[in-house]
Amino acid sequence: MRRKRWFTYSLRDSGMNPRGFHPSQLKFYLVLLPLAVFMLLPIVFIFSHAFKPPEELFAYPPRFFVVRPTLKNFTDLFARISTSEVPVSRYLFNSVMVTLLTVLASVVVGSTAAFALSKKRFRLKNTLFAINTVALMFVPVAVTIPRFLIIQQLGLLNTFWVHILPALAMPVGLFLLKQFMDALPNEMIEAAQIDGANDMQIYWHIILPLTRPALATIAILAFQASWNNVDTSAMYINDENLKTFAFYLSTLTSTTAGANLVAGQGMAAAASLIVFLPNLIIFILLQSQVMSTMSHSGLK
Amino acid sequence: MQTEWRSQLSRQWRKEASAYGFVAPYAVLFAIFIAIPVLAAFLLSFTFFDSIQPPQFNGLLNYIVLLTQDDIFMRYVLPNTIQFAVLVGPGGYVLAFLLAWMLAQLPRTPRTIFALILYSPSMTGGVAMAVVWQTLFSGDQNGYLNSFLLSLNVIQAPIQWLQSPEYLMTIMIIVTLWSSMGVGFLAMLAGMLDINPELYEAGALDGISSRWQEIIYITIPSMKPQMLFGAVMAIVGAFQAGTIGVALSGSNPTPQYAGQLIVNHIEDYGFLRYEMGYAAAVSVVLLFMVLLFNRLANKLFRED
Repeated sequence: MRRKRWFTYSLRDSGMNPRGFHPSQLKFYLVLLPLAVFMLLPIVFIFSHAFKPPEELFAYPPRFFVVRPTLKNFTDLFARISTSEVPVSRYLFNSVMVTLLTVLASVVVGSTAAFALSKKRFRLKNTLFAINTVALMFVPVAVTIPRFLIIQQLGLLNTFWVHILPALAMPVGLFLLKQFMDALPNEMIEAAQIDGANDMQIYWHIILPLTRPALATIAILAFQASWNNVDTSAMYINDENLKTFAFYLSTLTSTTAGANLVAGQGMAAAASLIVFLPNLIIFILLQSQVMSTMSHSGLK
Repeated sequence: MQTEWRSQLSRQWRKEASAYGFVAPYAVLFAIFIAIPVLAAFLLSFTFFDSIQPPQFNGLLNYIVLLTQDDIFMRYVLPNTIQFAVLVGPGGYVLAFLLAWMLAQLPRTPRTIFALILYSPSMTGGVAMAVVWQTLFSGDQNGYLNSFLLSLNVIQAPIQWLQSPEYLMTIMIIVTLWSSMGVGFLAMLAGMLDINPELYEAGALDGISSRWQEIIYITIPSMKPQMLFGAVMAIVGAFQAGTIGVALSGSNPTPQYAGQLIVNHIEDYGFLRYEMGYAAAVSVVLLFMVLLFNRLANKLFRED
């Protein structure tokens, strides 16, 4: 019997999407490893910095890695009442509520629209999808001012809803969902129609379960847009009670807001970690779904 | 005759009503928060509007002023924006493609780990993370970068990284590139992995000998739709990231306008000087710039 030698590689191990290791991959590792370390540095820093005691935060020379980790920054952060007497937990609560509702609502709004655009027949169908495709290149910051005026006219300034409503129409989200649904076979829907199912039942019992990877992707995109959002609180909200955690983080070290730079440092470090961590956890949990959605992302 | 036509219409309407019902929530929100603002920007750009008095039509005056009298725009904002957009947009795009290409040639587990590491900076959301950058690039000798470079004797005195005009733009570009491996990058990676391996075998038989030829003749043509999606995402990302300079330096205008991009110019005129009509004209210019870049991407990758 011939033993497989350790240095035999199958043909499938070189080239695209290989199954195993092949010496030809070494050069890629050589490039990717240092780059990955470089890309990771600021993120490692967020983790390390958040747990530094004050003497390490201001040590000279400064040290990148924490030596004696402590939770002091976190306890300080939550013990603090902002200058306008709003407890930090309030900002965090706002962020959680806003993000939850935004994610849920954008999944519903996006998937219902994508269902109609992908599986239903109606006259405006192609026009609407074409408009949405053009809107993929929409840059929200370009229309900050007219948006502000419209939000003002609608009476949404200084309300909880201004965090959510403008974020729901997400052209990329609708685009990805629709492309994903296009790949689902129509026969299933036709069979359900013969059995007497209405559109709502088809949407709920067939489309939603089969589109799960795309829904997860939209959820992640909506999550990141909403959880990290600073602009809405800065521009549309005056009431401190309605502002979000990411916004609060941005004020902790901002000199214009008259914050105490020294005291702010440690809390800002802790707050940065609190902002970043949920993004990371959610993406790790859902990454395989995202990749399978991205296979359908082509713009034809 | 007419009643027959009418009943046909109503029958069709009833058949389509449910479809319109499903699209309606998205369509309404899209109209309010995307379509109308774009339209309003166009209309306002032909007016003088200080947000107190109603807008007054003043024709092309805003555009004429922008092109002939706005010194700051011509000397700083436009060149800065083009430099930033070209390096971050197409530059980041090429980088994303090359990284995806390398990742696609690794086995599944290391590929997933690398993809996660490269993607994770894009989750940090530029402005919220400005706090971290301010610490790393802090201008005194206590700053992490300063201290590191001082200890290596690369520099002799601490540098005010975020306040000095020479460095601000470079740091903005590096920070934005760092966080630009987002959805477009993942799309290109997925597109590459979906290419039928037989194409490469056929290519080898047809005399494709180098990896470079393989990229040009097989990889890119087989994933044009993803290439285009990635390009659109890169362009939008480059213009959308425009507020990073103000976030890093902590002031608008940025020190000596070194990091002033068109987005900051809009905010400067719109929210600091309340010249909304003029700011709208600048917005329209920005929208046209995005459109122009996208036309280019479409020319390159659109399948027909």
